[in-house]
Amino acid sequence: MNLKLTPLAEVHETLGAKTASFGGWLMPIEYNGIIQEHNWTRKNASVFDICHMGEFEFKGDLKTSGFDNVVTADLESMPVKTCRYGFLLNETGNILDDAVTYRKGIDQWMLVVNAATTEDDFKHIKSNLRSSNFRNMSDQTAKLDLQGPLSRDVLVSLGCKGIENLAYYTFDYFELFENKVLISRTGYTGELGFEIYIDSIHAVELWNLLLKEDRVRPAGLGARDTLRLEMSYPLYGQDITGENNPIEAGFGKFIDFDKEFIGKEKLLKKKTNVEKKLVCFVCDSRRAPRHNDRILKDKKTIGVVTSGSFSPSLGVGIGMGYVESHEAVVDNQIIISDDKKELSAKIVKRPFYKNGSLKG
Amino acid sequence: MDVREGLFYTKEHEWVKIDGKIATVGITDYAQSALGDVTFVELPKKADVFKQADQIATVESVKAASDIYAPLSGAVEEINPELDNVPELVNQSCYEKGFFLKMQIEDEAEIKNLMDAKSYKAYLESLAK
Repeated sequence: MNLKLTPLAEVHETLGAKTASFGGWLMPIEYNGIIQEHNWTRKNASVFDICHMGEFEFKGDLKTSGFDNVVTADLESMPVKTCRYGFLLNETGNILDDAVTYRKGIDQWMLVVNAATTEDDFKHIKSNLRSSNFRNMSDQTAKLDLQGPLSRDVLVSLGCKGIENLAYYTFDYFELFENKVLISRTGYTGELGFEIYIDSIHAVELWNLLLKEDRVRPAGLGARDTLRLEMSYPLYGQDITGENNPIEAGFGKFIDFDKEFIGKEKLLKKKTNVEKKLVCFVCDSRRAPRHNDRILKDKKTIGVVTSGSFSPSLGVGIGMGYVESHEAVVDNQIIISDDKKELSAKIVKRPFYKNGSLKG
Repeated sequence: MDVREGLFYTKEHEWVKIDGKIATVGITDYAQSALGDVTFVELPKKADVFKQADQIATVESVKAASDIYAPLSGAVEEINPELDNVPELVNQSCYEKGFFLKMQIEDEAEIKNLMDAKSYKAYLESLAK
């Protein structure tokens, strides 16, 4: 399979990045070491190439078009220039994708979706719309994430006037190298951070501009994964898949049951009978749980690990996984096992990392 | 990539230093670089006995866990106690402070199954193609 390249592929090669395929794209995994990049993001600011993610634009009436029905979140009450997290579900109430919706105007919307699911999401949404004013803007849109406690100071010094007033989960348009760019105060790291959307032809220019700042370093998808896991943010394809519904994943608050949406009827039924729940657990050693490891209690399998890694901030192995609902209790002692190891672990409250600058 | 003269190497990127009847074992610069940040090393116990090519240790990086194989047959003489608390020594000093263990060489004839520095360099070049 031919991997897709982001507009920054040559830049990553010049920087000596280790790369790997992710969601059909050749992506930088690390530049100077995952732990170093992770820690730099927690203390300073890092820039991530997130051009692989998908962006859709829709213009039209929320209700009559059917657009409201494709996202589980309450969209109607969103003020203009705000963002909201939610899910795309299939008819069975299971998760097709998670997505952030941006309200650009009363009748103007942007949806940001995962890389691997972009094409399927687009087809799914299009087939459920009574309007043709729906476009896939992914190819011409570059997305760079600037994340870390110093990210706002960096954007201020680059001349983004007013960025200091941008509230969490809102966005606006700012002048950067004589271009109007959309910047939202959102992210996937648990730190104060911004996601910057620009025309792909300016991606390299923006990347270089950000990296001229000593406070900013590049970070790859390796650090993005450990940062998001420490915040217990789910990764589509691992923690949430087409086999899961948002209730068992613990994300019921991103579902507006007062409106109609695809999958609602089945999801309401599933809501009354939650067989398994996504939990967070901390191991008692540096050894990491891994995707697909078994979760045991009293030698009986009670679940499966969906994400696991060494946590650079906590210094131990951490993970998430689904367990039988009655076992999904904080402080429950469990064993994580594959053919070669047995790790003792304890179910904890999410998130793992509580000192982030996210809302600072 | 740093390949040291005077050491022997395996295709799985372990290095071996021979001092009389004792073999010191670690992983090569190529291996530590490919693994990325090492976060955990599981070592055998002193006196555990292994055959050449048996799994002898596990090394975990942020991304994945990898098996390490005994380059020679013999009993474990000593393990590197530092790796328990400072596994990043494997990244920082793979040929010295980040060694894994020492073992008693059971059969010197097995050394011929290993590569010398020149052959290992050629092997690395063949992998890069």
